[in-house]
Amino acid sequence: MIDKTVPDPVQAVAAIPDGASVMVGGFGNAGIPFGLLNALADRGARDLTIISNNAGEAEAGIARLLMQGQVRKMVCSYPRTPGSVWLQRRYAAGEIELEVMPQGTLAERMRAAGAGLGGFFTPTGFGTMLADNKETRMIDGRGHVFETPLPADFALIRAETGDRWGNLAFHATARNFNPVMAMAARCSIAEVRHLSTTPLDPERVVTPGIFIDRLCPYEVRP
Amino acid sequence: MNRRNEIELAARVARDIPDGAYVNLGIGKPGRVAAQIPAGRDVILHSENGILALGPAPAAGQEDPELIDASKRPVTALPGASYFGQTDSFAMMRGGHIDIAVLGAFQVAENGDLANWATLDQRHPPAVGGAMDLVAGVPTILIIMDHLDRDGRPKLLRRCTYPLTGPAVVARVYTDLAVLDIAPEGFRLVELTPGNALDEVQAATGAPIHV
Repeated sequence: MIDKTVPDPVQAVAAIPDGASVMVGGFGNAGIPFGLLNALADRGARDLTIISNNAGEAEAGIARLLMQGQVRKMVCSYPRTPGSVWLQRRYAAGEIELEVMPQGTLAERMRAAGAGLGGFFTPTGFGTMLADNKETRMIDGRGHVFETPLPADFALIRAETGDRWGNLAFHATARNFNPVMAMAARCSIAEVRHLSTTPLDPERVVTPGIFIDRLCPYEVRP
Repeated sequence: MNRRNEIELAARVARDIPDGAYVNLGIGKPGRVAAQIPAGRDVILHSENGILALGPAPAAGQEDPELIDASKRPVTALPGASYFGQTDSFAMMRGGHIDIAVLGAFQVAENGDLANWATLDQRHPPAVGGAMDLVAGVPTILIIMDHLDRDGRPKLLRRCTYPLTGPAVVARVYTDLAVLDIAPEGFRLVELTPGNALDEVQAATGAPIHV
């Protein structure tokens, strides 16, 4: 019988080793898997590469990992949210590697990884310093930049509802990066606000369970 | 010189947004345009984090922490709204489905080059967000900005000195002092803020204004 549920975030993240690359869903505080991030911070895995749109606020979520010195590299599009003091502190002190790319390129590189594609040409960033040293091509008279797939070892996902098959449904703007990260990582772990004891209505499923390896209940909202 | 304040400026931009348009408003000053859309025009606002038909802030106590806009502030969803993930949201932007984006700027050049994501200050981490995707895919890019920076230097220039967000992407610039189009010959005057003289505004501009 397929049952991907585990009892809590601690067991859900137990297999994430030092040096892992970890995608983290969320935009602002919506859709951030705070339960899984806290479990990872408590466990103390180190030398992590964190891939997420933002870099956390105050001392919560990703910012807590940064504060505790567990992050070697951040890959994101917008690390300068008001309150992202720990990223700015680590960056200014040269204690962290930072890779910044356009938000749509970040999402589409994940999609390419999840969809088995070797990359794509995008007009985004053409003619800017973010295209330096990248392959370019004129397509229909417009400049495009070649971008490669972006996979990860793990993805930490936040969803509203899930069932034991790993099917997920989301709430409002908490969806954001969560579905595409679930596709892109080799092992995707979800915390769900409600763990449904009955199968989700197939018409409501946004992330099919094939993309999810483990899920656990976590009822706390941001 | 006479200066349009932020609300007057937002109202001036809103006048140019037609009925039925799908519009993305950048963070900061552009966000004020939402409240200034003239009555009777049905304009659908897009927020890059995954919502179409974005509504105003909810009443106190009605906030949903998982219903926010690109500025990370609580919002509401209007009738006809939809939620979607990042790949769909950026397909709307890059794929030319959004009609108009209203953005802020550090600098705009006379050829339409836009710089609004990074300065030359190395102490702060760079942060690009969705700006480059918007200018790459949205056909009409409108800019709301101050005409001069805090030190009184022009922000409208022959060439940008800050890193570009996109080359030759701006359609029209709305500043506190004037409204200018990007035309083949450079900045072309649309209107001066009432009470201003052209030579005063030209003196505050780092490139020729064509009339």
